[in-house]
Amino acid sequence: MILVYTESEEGKIKKIALEAVSYAKGIADQMGTTVTAVSINAKDTSELGKYGASKILQVSNDKLNNFNGEAYADVIGQAAKNEGAKVIVLSSSANSKFLSPTLAVNMEAGFVPNVIGLPESTSPFKVKHSVFTNKAFASTEIKTDIKIIGLGKNSYGLKENETSAASEAFSPNLDAHDFDMEIVSVDKATDKVTIADAEIVVSAGRGLKGPENWGMIEDLAKVLGAATACSKPVSDMGWRPHSEHVGQTGKPVASNLYIAIGISGAIQHLAGINASKVKVVINNDPEAPFFKAADYGIVGDAFEIVPKLTEKLKEFKAQNA
Amino acid sequence: MKILVCISHVPDTTSKINFTDGDTKFDTNGVQFVINPNDEFGLTRAMWFKEKQSATVHVINVGGPETEPTLRKALAIGADEAIRVNTPATDGFSVAKQLANVAKDGGYDLIICGRESIDYNGGMVPGMLAKLIGVNFVNTCIGLEVEGDKAIAIREIDGGKETLKTSLPLVIGGQKGIVQESDLRIPNMRGIMQARTKPLNVKEPVASNAETSTVSFEKPAPRGAVKLVDNVDELINLLHNEAKVI
Repeated sequence: MILVYTESEEGKIKKIALEAVSYAKGIADQMGTTVTAVSINAKDTSELGKYGASKILQVSNDKLNNFNGEAYADVIGQAAKNEGAKVIVLSSSANSKFLSPTLAVNMEAGFVPNVIGLPESTSPFKVKHSVFTNKAFASTEIKTDIKIIGLGKNSYGLKENETSAASEAFSPNLDAHDFDMEIVSVDKATDKVTIADAEIVVSAGRGLKGPENWGMIEDLAKVLGAATACSKPVSDMGWRPHSEHVGQTGKPVASNLYIAIGISGAIQHLAGINASKVKVVINNDPEAPFFKAADYGIVGDAFEIVPKLTEKLKEFKAQNA
Repeated sequence: MKILVCISHVPDTTSKINFTDGDTKFDTNGVQFVINPNDEFGLTRAMWFKEKQSATVHVINVGGPETEPTLRKALAIGADEAIRVNTPATDGFSVAKQLANVAKDGGYDLIICGRESIDYNGGMVPGMLAKLIGVNFVNTCIGLEVEGDKAIAIREIDGGKETLKTSLPLVIGGQKGIVQESDLRIPNMRGIMQARTKPLNVKEPVASNAETSTVSFEKPAPRGAVKLVDNVDELINLLHNEAKVI
């Protein structure tokens, strides 16, 4: 059977977890087996059945309220062993990327991250995944008995597959070593959409001329319920925090919509946002390389266009609410 | 303090990506190789430990002789000694196993890796290495201080950061933030001259079976031309009715 780790945040199952379940169900159908989901401290797991999980292992343990790579890898590994999982599916969140290599060593399992679709074949087990920061794809065979897949965000989508899911409590054995590291503090903005979770990302570059002009970017992001991001020069000059830097050495973006404002489109930037589905560019330079990588573009002054776009989107949202 | 910095030898970020041999191999023709950017941030942090806390810094790479200029560059930046494990870097697990073999007897207090290499983006070597040698691991590390046998590491999490206290030895997967872009060092002539005489030890690999093997590569299909619009109403219309993303 296929085991999928369904991540939650503050007790709520994340959307990427539902995508991972959809994907796990796809593999289960290919292999003629079923999907078991394992969740840690999630309050409501009823949605998991809707996307194809037929069994849900619920772990409730206060010591696991904060993410901990070592302990979480142990929980998932023990669930996989108990259930006799042949394939383990995880998402590509920062936390899943943290724990997957640990899990792979524990399980003596081959691991392929950034997978973009169902296995091309299950015997040999071959998956396609992005490499060179989305500038290319590779087909890779996993040769071990147990296989671990890190699913790229937004690469499979949500696929409903109503299944009657049986829930049961699961109590893994955790030892002192799992809690070797002490969490001193967690500093997290809870009121902002993160780049990792965002469906829409509004990003701006040097064309904005200075950090004082970011108000209009934030306004646009707010109307769209989007995360804000920036290009590398902007974070290097300290106009915006590093956590907003997207690109090859910054954060990858795999949103449904990416709006680039005053970003010329250096190859490193384009690589980092390539996994986004629809790209819009607003730039006053018609020669900017970004126009070659975008789906829609407006050539013009961002300082005129962006506020106008925000106003019109407010009207649009009011009409379509 | 003894530090090992793991260095991946990768194509420069501006490289055109092509494949040869029936799309089974990366085409290195005309490609400039560099220290993996995420590793370079870590190497710079290691230099600060060397200068402020008298650390000894070793750098290591798993790869053929063609990767030696990249190790020499790390020596020119200030590392004391380099190690090359003489085997091609195939899958992440094999690389981690080779690194673990060197690290386990090396007496390192701190092993600094980059969060991921910018070529294969596996992001698995640091975590696997930590598990193989049985030490603590912090990924996406954006700040690191060491005092005695304890480290304080700051980790980037979705939407913020987390501060962790851990004992040494420790493996980290570092990224920008552990030092800033402006802190990166370009080797000077003196460094380059010194690097020529610093030890670069070649070690033979331990036996290892690849757990995964890449069969072929492909490039994304060329995309359609951009649709230029001249007003925001038209853009909203297209995003709603055609692209269906708002």
